[in-house]
Amino acid sequence: MADLKRTVLHDLHLELGARMVPFAGYEMPVQYPMGVLKEHLHTRAAAGLFDVSHMGQVILRPLSGRLQDAAAAFETLMPVDVLGVKPGRQRYGLLTAPDGGILDDLMFANRGDHLFVVVNAACKDDDIAHLRAHLTGACAVEEITDRALIALQGPTAEAVLEALAPGAAAMRFMDVATLTWEGTEIWVSRSGYTGEDGFEISVPQDRAEAFARALLAQEPVVPVGLGARDSLRLEAGLCLYGHDIDRGTSPVEGALGWAIQKARRAGGAREGGFPGAARILTELAEGPARLRVGLLPEGRAPMREGVELFAAPEGGAAIGRVTSGGFGPSLGAPVAMGYLPAELCRKDTIVYGDVRGRRLPVRVTDMPFRPATYKR
Amino acid sequence: MKYTEEHEWLRTEGDLVVVGITEHAATQLGDVVFVELPDTGTEVAAGDEAVVIESVKAASDILAPVAGEIVEVNAALADNPGLVNEDPTGAAWFFKMKVADPSVIDGFMDEAAYKAMID
Repeated sequence: MADLKRTVLHDLHLELGARMVPFAGYEMPVQYPMGVLKEHLHTRAAAGLFDVSHMGQVILRPLSGRLQDAAAAFETLMPVDVLGVKPGRQRYGLLTAPDGGILDDLMFANRGDHLFVVVNAACKDDDIAHLRAHLTGACAVEEITDRALIALQGPTAEAVLEALAPGAAAMRFMDVATLTWEGTEIWVSRSGYTGEDGFEISVPQDRAEAFARALLAQEPVVPVGLGARDSLRLEAGLCLYGHDIDRGTSPVEGALGWAIQKARRAGGAREGGFPGAARILTELAEGPARLRVGLLPEGRAPMREGVELFAAPEGGAAIGRVTSGGFGPSLGAPVAMGYLPAELCRKDTIVYGDVRGRRLPVRVTDMPFRPATYKR
Repeated sequence: MKYTEEHEWLRTEGDLVVVGITEHAATQLGDVVFVELPDTGTEVAAGDEAVVIESVKAASDILAPVAGEIVEVNAALADNPGLVNEDPTGAAWFFKMKVADPSVIDGFMDEAAYKAMID
């Protein structure tokens, strides 16, 4: 793993007994001795700590000093209402391509005088280049390389963080705030990618290990690796970029229409004006030809990424494909998501996944597979 | 007990050969969530895929270590795949085979040789 980058928490991961794997150019913990299954269940029952420092942290600072200028510029790259996000609030966003494909998905927050953006690790270099290429007239695009990012997720995350950094408990889902932990400024958002209540916390690198240790010193908190992060987000019905959505899928096909607010839709105050608007607005109006759906295999066999889907138990060509799948520890059953032709996307439709040469029934279902527990 | 390079263990039970995976293999696989067992009566050659096991991470094949007929499978694993992690060398045996000569297992590694291989 010589060519891989390491996060500032690398030594702590090794001390905690993590098994490290390559992920998005980084050496990252896939699991700790507790194991994926128990780490997953512990996060849902108590609290899990995740190192997500490999993700990109970017500040968009308006050159004019007026945040709305940065927000308006950012709206030229996303089918999302950026101007409508109030100070102290966060929103999910999507960078789209001229053909309507998705370049990346991200979270962005209005932090008063700037926008704070968190992007996927695998996409961050391309994203930053894209932002610089298109926003330079309106914003300074600053990549934050001196802060770690730690997620604390689960029902006891609130009490744990409040004990260290007062103010956390007063936040609502998708709020952002600057809090203080032992004299250090931490940038906190009440969000995450597990379907649980929780926080993502940007910490100066030189304080990150001490902060992580302070969290882990609290009884409900265990370290959680990428393995459980994946099964948690899968049960929550959340997309993994590069798998469930990518350059070849549009936001509407990806069942992410909810992320396109009214202001950017046909008839909205700022209709269109983002890359791929022609296709995306048409798909919103007429429905896409295919759609990402939740899939519940009827048996116990997991259906993983790449499993081909068929309309019938025998014959015919593949009609779709599983894009993420595995075992859902909280459901005690396999779960998957994938793309199907629109006419086969109705809830409870049975299709068939080819698992090792056998077509096994799988039921179309709504997502999330398990209701989220966000504190709204 | 004898061991294969594919991290299976074998032991004889009367004239049958019982097959499972080692603790090392179970740890490496991670939490097992699905086990697909062969049908009893299946004739297998050495190296044939006999069992599919899926962990939270990936699917793996368990190969028949020797030729023979599958005469019994461990149905408990279908309902409780986690047994493979809890008791890999005991309760989580996979299948029993009828073989021409049970002494065929003498050609596999003993515990010391297997330990040397995984260290």
